[in-house]
Amino acid sequence: MMDFGFKISPSSAINLDNADLSLYEKVREIEPDISKCIACGSCSASCPAGKFSGMSVRKCILDLQRGKKKEVAGMLSNCMLCGKCTMVCPRGINTRHLILSICKLYKED
Amino acid sequence: MAGMIFILTYCLVALVRIIMQLPGEDRKKFFISLVTPKTMAKNIRDIFCDCLFHVKLWKRNKLLGYMHSSIAFGWFMLIVVGHIEVLLYVPHRAKLFYFPIFFRYFVAETEETMRGAFFFFLMDFFLLMVLSGIFLAMFKRIQSGIFGMRRTTNPSFLDLIGLYSLWAIFPLRLLAEGFTADISGGSFLTKSLNYVLHSFLSDHANMLPAWWAYSCALGIFFIVLPFTRYMHIPAEILLIPLRNAGIKIRNARKGFAKAEVYSCPNCGLCIDACPMGVMKTHIKDTTVYLNRQIRRNNERRIEEISDKCLLCGKCTAICPVGVEGDKLRIAQRSLRKYAISQDYSNIGTASPEGSSDVLYFAGCMTALTPAISKAMESLLRKAGVSYSFMDRDGGICCGRPMLMAGRFDQARQLVEKNTEIIMKSGAGTLLLSCPICYKIFREKYNLGGIRVVHHTEYIAGLIRDGRLRVSKDSLRYVFHDPCELGRGCGVYDEPREVLSCAGSLAEAPKNRKESICCGGSLGSLTLGFDKRKAMTENALANLTAASPDVIATACPLCRSTFNRYADRPVEDIAEIIDGKAVAGTTMIDNRLIIDKKN
Repeated sequence: MMDFGFKISPSSAINLDNADLSLYEKVREIEPDISKCIACGSCSASCPAGKFSGMSVRKCILDLQRGKKKEVAGMLSNCMLCGKCTMVCPRGINTRHLILSICKLYKED
Repeated sequence: MAGMIFILTYCLVALVRIIMQLPGEDRKKFFISLVTPKTMAKNIRDIFCDCLFHVKLWKRNKLLGYMHSSIAFGWFMLIVVGHIEVLLYVPHRAKLFYFPIFFRYFVAETEETMRGAFFFFLMDFFLLMVLSGIFLAMFKRIQSGIFGMRRTTNPSFLDLIGLYSLWAIFPLRLLAEGFTADISGGSFLTKSLNYVLHSFLSDHANMLPAWWAYSCALGIFFIVLPFTRYMHIPAEILLIPLRNAGIKIRNARKGFAKAEVYSCPNCGLCIDACPMGVMKTHIKDTTVYLNRQIRRNNERRIEEISDKCLLCGKCTAICPVGVEGDKLRIAQRSLRKYAISQDYSNIGTASPEGSSDVLYFAGCMTALTPAISKAMESLLRKAGVSYSFMDRDGGICCGRPMLMAGRFDQARQLVEKNTEIIMKSGAGTLLLSCPICYKIFREKYNLGGIRVVHHTEYIAGLIRDGRLRVSKDSLRYVFHDPCELGRGCGVYDEPREVLSCAGSLAEAPKNRKESICCGGSLGSLTLGFDKRKAMTENALANLTAASPDVIATACPLCRSTFNRYADRPVEDIAEIIDGKAVAGTTMIDNRLIIDKKN
């Protein structure tokens, strides 16, 4: 391939028809409130782990809905389980239990 | 007889199993404690106070205490006096285990009439005591309210068999002894029974069935005992020396945890204590039912019950036998397997710049209620304390929430990170605003000689030393004891001392050890936001009963939870004091200057 001195970044488009949403469905069975999320980002703003890493519950939920399991695992491995995200959630989602459930259900492909 | 042999072998096997299940070093600790005179004395005292006299139940409710201690102590004395009788009158039979039980019957047969009226009196007296206890126990089934219990446990099928046979034993014994009273002698109870029902009782053909019925009831009770709640009778005798030896729960199901589970008498005191009890659907999630499900190995229910609990620790605080409902649940949680394991090795451990005497760690929760940390900083400045703020821009979690979720390895990682930061800072005092942090810093951190102190204690110290002067006004405060500060760390007096400097102090009906959880606790994993509202409102109703002007607390989590539903201001002690305090020493200095000018 010819080197032009620049390259095109790979497409980040997600084809929802092909995405593996099995984890999301399983989590939704345990914590149905996950579908209430409005992605306001209160959880991410209050997260003490976010300062040290890319941890964000909002992103986790979005990534789950798009089948990006690897990213979710990466973020959750920094969670300190302090529970502030649950306290600030305007939709009353039990995010702390959500995180624990994902940690429990996660399976590497 | 068969029942007795069965129960003795069962207890012996169980005893050996539990001791074998203890980790090696704990076992050693236990055996050493058994021969240490100090713990030996404590063991004996505790066994007498708890197993026979039920001091804790007496303190809770007189009637309940009498009910239980009359049965336990009365029965114990019946056995003891029975043995003394046998030893005195027919010593050659004393080796036979069953002899004292049927003494009256055997002696009647051998027609060896006795003259020991004193023993007869004692036997009848204790029998009457037990009978009165049994009568109260029957009454309690119908009306538990007068025993100070709003709700009691729902007995299982085997529990009911045990219960009815226990109830039957003593009336049958009275009847059986009534028969023999005219032959072998009796006292005020058995003699008079024999006299009153002379036509029936003097017919000795009825005698044998009555003695048989009595011995059958006794046999059934002992055979079902290991499978019912009555297992607490032998188990508690083991639990007390284990606890006094300082042994803690290491395994969720084995060793000490098992001893605790079997010691649960299913009395149901924890049902009324549980803050979740305000909603009827949660009654089956209390510690009694957890113990029952653990004995049944019902994994699904064990998980459900242990994950739902708020870990406020009130059931542990009021339990008459000392079953640690909260620790038992954390141990169950630690059995879970997680595919994603947290790792914090990427987090740096830089200490705040500049060394100072006091290191202030506000904690995650205080970051959501910045009013507390602001007030605290202002107070420290007023008192002229040099401090550095460890997590001004957010810090690492203390690890207590991880620990409560049963993930000990992750919690340990967080503990190590924080320890590193604190040790580097060179401070002499670690000041905390959050009781959740305070508990783990006191229990799991090894900080050398650094003094760990909660801000209520610290403020109390500043006021005592005269470094802060607080002006008093007419506001009425009620103090809510946060679970982790009160029951968790035993800090009850300092917050009250501080508040009484600021205004007058009202007390809630349920306070100190029995304070009701605000409902916001991080302990619960599964309890959703909507289910907690009823608990918060219940806790608020308790606090506002004395109609105070301000609800004071010392926990950022309680503060924000109450603030959501309270009809009056909810403030942290630091905020209240900051609004009224001025620097102590400078005040005195100013006055001196003014005095000099005059």
